[in-house]
Amino acid sequence: MTTTSRVALQNADLPAKISTSPQTPGAPRRSAGKIDPTYYWMIVPVLALFAFFITLPALVGFFFSLTNYAGYGDWKFVGIANYVNIFKDPAVLQSYVFTFLFALTTTVVVNVVALAIALGLNARIKWRTGIRTVFFIPMVLSGLIVSFVFNYLFSNTLPVLAERFGITPLTSSILANENWAWLAIVLVTVWQAAPGATIIYLAGLQSVPSEVYEAAGMDGAGTWRQFRSLTLPLIMGYLVINVILGFKGFLGTYEIIVGLTGGGPGMVTQSVAMRIFSGFTGGDYAYQMANAVIYFVITLLISVIQLRLIQRRGVSL
Amino acid sequence: MTASITARLTQNSRSRQEKPKVRRTPREGFKVSWGLTALMLVASLTIIVPLYFTVAMALKSPEQLGTGTGLEWPNPLHWENFAEAYVATNFPRSFLSTALVTVFSVLGSLATSSLAAYAIVRNWNRRFFRGSFVYLLSAMFIPFPVIILPLIKQTAILGLDNPAGVVFLHVLGGISFNTLLYIAFVRAIPAELEESARMDGATTWQVFRKIVLPLLAPMNATVGIFAFLGSWNDFLLPQMMIADPSLQTLPVVQMLFQGEFNTDYSLAFASYLMAMAPTLVVYVLAQRWVLSGVMRGAVK
Repeated sequence: MTTTSRVALQNADLPAKISTSPQTPGAPRRSAGKIDPTYYWMIVPVLALFAFFITLPALVGFFFSLTNYAGYGDWKFVGIANYVNIFKDPAVLQSYVFTFLFALTTTVVVNVVALAIALGLNARIKWRTGIRTVFFIPMVLSGLIVSFVFNYLFSNTLPVLAERFGITPLTSSILANENWAWLAIVLVTVWQAAPGATIIYLAGLQSVPSEVYEAAGMDGAGTWRQFRSLTLPLIMGYLVINVILGFKGFLGTYEIIVGLTGGGPGMVTQSVAMRIFSGFTGGDYAYQMANAVIYFVITLLISVIQLRLIQRRGVSL
Repeated sequence: MTASITARLTQNSRSRQEKPKVRRTPREGFKVSWGLTALMLVASLTIIVPLYFTVAMALKSPEQLGTGTGLEWPNPLHWENFAEAYVATNFPRSFLSTALVTVFSVLGSLATSSLAAYAIVRNWNRRFFRGSFVYLLSAMFIPFPVIILPLIKQTAILGLDNPAGVVFLHVLGGISFNTLLYIAFVRAIPAELEESARMDGATTWQVFRKIVLPLLAPMNATVGIFAFLGSWNDFLLPQMMIADPSLQTLPVVQMLFQGEFNTDYSLAFASYLMAMAPTLVVYVLAQRWVLSGVMRGAVK
């Protein structure tokens, strides 16, 4: 499979040259009737691979969600039993509640932080290039490794520091704390995701002509007033993009949780994605597939709602 | 005529590339705000301290680790941690595996999405190509966790439970976004430019390779950067797909140090640092180029 398609890509111009009939010089290229078959060569292999590796698994998965398949051995149809059971499963419901609260909180914090950084980088600061370089470093690092580093900071460094300064509530690791472990996950996710959002805000801020501010300054508008009445409305489209991209990404959060808590303590920080992946080893393949289908429907609904909101606001993407 | 259009277009794309540079020149009446600069420097500590901490940890001996917060700079420095981590993780092997996955993912992403975008834009009046566009975009609405269980079974049956399979999925997973980026760019290339080449008898492939591809250079950089970072740092797909542990990629190999009884943190941090170093070094060296590339992706 690998070799054939790779060869097909490399030598793609060879068969095309043979198969393409020489074009009549000066013939209008986009006439409705004939089409150069080369264009099909450009897209059909991609479509075939896409159908095979993305669409097919989706259909197979949906099929098995209607069975009692354990991931191995025999199976039979059970109808919508898996779906019914999922709504009665406290562990699954807990993972949905956690994932949504986490995604909501993280989206808000990431956007506030990213906008602040972007405003700072766009202002008249010294050593802008150097500071900008530092702020975007998290973007190029592996989320898992970053989480391992923070894991040590949270579970060893922070408690020692807290003891030294007499802050009793922090003397034990917050990763082991049922009520606060999620906060650590939010912090590390923000650390890692803020640069991506910052870039989009920077692009937005740089699209605002400076004359606008000069005019506002002459009218006596203060910094906060300029931000609220000028900057914010002008970069609203960028904010919408950030919120949409961010929220969707945070719903699928996985590796940062693996690196920090592994879903614990207990199961309080287990995300929906982790729950679904447990179908590999837990012997409840079909059950987790039903969970995946529900997760898909929910994310789809959110996307549709978001697109509607965008259309109503008239923000162009 | 062709020459003048080409010249204009290259000029156009060049000025696009130079945009960030132009912005950086101080405006008239540029007054440095020192208060804000100080604030930004303090804020940047949130990035610098964890990185400093990683380096400090990697250079400690287990005895130096036993006391304190971990933030202290070690004396003497224990460089041998890197040598030990190099052996413990079989670094050359996992580095090579990661590098191969990344290189082929980047090349595959560039080739497939630029071709798809070109074919779609030039045949927008045909239903088949409009349909293809919608179909490819639909992947943006399918989160990976939804298809991952059947996908892993499928790749295992096909004998793709190895880095090659990961390449396939990295390319296909990014194709919606990458094609979207290219489409916006291809649309800006005037069709007349290609028509004159066709009059000289060039085939569609030749037109694509000799005329369109060079004009796509800035977008190639953007897509390449995204594909590089996504592929190099990916954990989910390699972890789930690659069956042979000796072929595992760098991020997944770091799981080695997460055993319940592992206490050799200095070794772990040396290994983390070695896994992070390649992207970090490339970024710091080429940061202006990387950031303008990513920025271009953000604007589209």
